[in-house]
Amino acid sequence: MSSPAAPAADRAVLDGSALAGALSEVYAFEATRAVVRCASCGHTDVLAGTTVHLSAMGGVARCATCTAVLLVVVERPDGVRVSASGAAWVQAPAR
Amino acid sequence: MSWHVATVVGARPLTRTARALTLSAPGFVGALPGQHVDLRLTAPDGYQATRAYSLADTGQDERVDLVVDEVPDGEVSPYLVRDARPGDQLEVRGPLGGYFVWHDADTGPVLLVAGGSGVVPFLAMLRARRGTGRRAPFRLVCSVRTPADAIERGEVDTPDRGVDVRWVFTRETPPGWATPPRRITTDDLVAPGFGPDDGTAVFVCGPTGFVEAAAGLLTGLGHPPDRVRTERFGGA
Amino acid sequence: MAVVTRGFGGRRPEPEHEVPPGQFVTDDFPVLSAGPTPDVDESRWELTVRTETGEGVSWTWEQLMALPAEDVATDIHCVTHWSKLGTTWRGVSLDTLLADVETSAEFVMARSYGGYTTNVPLQDLLDGQAWVAYEFEGEPLEPVHGGPARLLVPHLYFWKSAKWLRGLDLMDDEDLGFWEQNGYHAYGDPWLEQRYA
Repeated sequence: MSSPAAPAADRAVLDGSALAGALSEVYAFEATRAVVRCASCGHTDVLAGTTVHLSAMGGVARCATCTAVLLVVVERPDGVRVSASGAAWVQAPAR
Repeated sequence: MSWHVATVVGARPLTRTARALTLSAPGFVGALPGQHVDLRLTAPDGYQATRAYSLADTGQDERVDLVVDEVPDGEVSPYLVRDARPGDQLEVRGPLGGYFVWHDADTGPVLLVAGGSGVVPFLAMLRARRGTGRRAPFRLVCSVRTPADAIERGEVDTPDRGVDVRWVFTRETPPGWATPPRRITTDDLVAPGFGPDDGTAVFVCGPTGFVEAAAGLLTGLGHPPDRVRTERFGGA
Repeated sequence: MAVVTRGFGGRRPEPEHEVPPGQFVTDDFPVLSAGPTPDVDESRWELTVRTETGEGVSWTWEQLMALPAEDVATDIHCVTHWSKLGTTWRGVSLDTLLADVETSAEFVMARSYGGYTTNVPLQDLLDGQAWVAYEFEGEPLEPVHGGPARLLVPHLYFWKSAKWLRGLDLMDDEDLGFWEQNGYHAYGDPWLEQRYA
């Protein structure tokens, strides 16, 4: 079981909820419930279910099934940039 | 959604390492229990750091209620727990997150599984349940290292009607406790009315290792994966 | 400019010498990663240099350890604004590693266990500017910091010093690595603050 004293690398392994803030500046929809299909293995899940490695460089969302990179989110001085090239598609949450 | 200035208006120690912080945040509205905010701090020399914190209470608009637990070699949490004081200004982005939310119109049973400061979003859910007079059955399973580490223990230990609480102490138990310290097991997660066939909504929050262990136990008990919502945090 | 938070970041060490613009000195060694820490054991470790014609030469761990190594003392600069001064490393110079490699390529893609990539001009890896480092502060390089071995090219922002190094691909064209594809600068000179593309 992790504790606050876990090494920094482990503390930075999170989930898609960690990207909610940055993505709120890019997408008009609420991102954690958006559905993402992995372009590598086809696994489909809400963004909240992805594995996220977060650091000051950016957030990398990986497929929980095959670990392929789905999204990369970088907060730049000129705005937040998302690359979703690892996602076959991203779908806004159902209302 | 972008950054808004927020001002510290209250700070209350909770445990040796945790503190409740209240911020006044004009324009911050509509938060739902389970949501979080991003907090951004800018040092006088321009250095910035951003961290996410769960809301401990969502009852009041334009008010951000947080609980921050200090991470020993963290960059932001030691400042928030030890130095921040009323009048200090930070920036908030939010409310954030629509997945890890309890909607008070849902009447089904709710099983909350918290590791350490993972209890914070569940405080918001319990407080929202109380504030709206809802009756959905709630069960909170709270895993902490020692009794002194339990956040808002007094409030958690006097639960409202329809709320059950189960403690798991992993390092040190209260005096007279029937069992020695231990980690969470399936026995902690099983209770009449809170099973997979009861339509139970399950929420798990805490450090990544705890969340993964608990989620494994829950799916092993038959809770469908899409009914088990998890939120991992790192804390720094 | 964002609102300033009183008292935050107040106790930072003063640099004894100049640091690049926009950098702050730290005594910590922050860990920034794009993925899980790979678990690579030395018995399976291999470093492969592949030329632009597809020819490859590889070193096992034993072979790497048999190469002449150097002690390096240098400052490192992260694009996320922290600098760590006077860090010490031990490793094999890229001049040694590439001494017998015939190439007319101008660019290199460094590849890591776990899939990370970063691009560097070949000239920036030569003439005493880069190493395959396997010790930090006199101890074997920890996995969280890139062990068993990482690329060390301290005159560029530290994302170019690829952790968990497994290969160097020589290229005629400048292909972009992971962070570069995601908007970070293709070259990354800290003294020119080349953070973003």
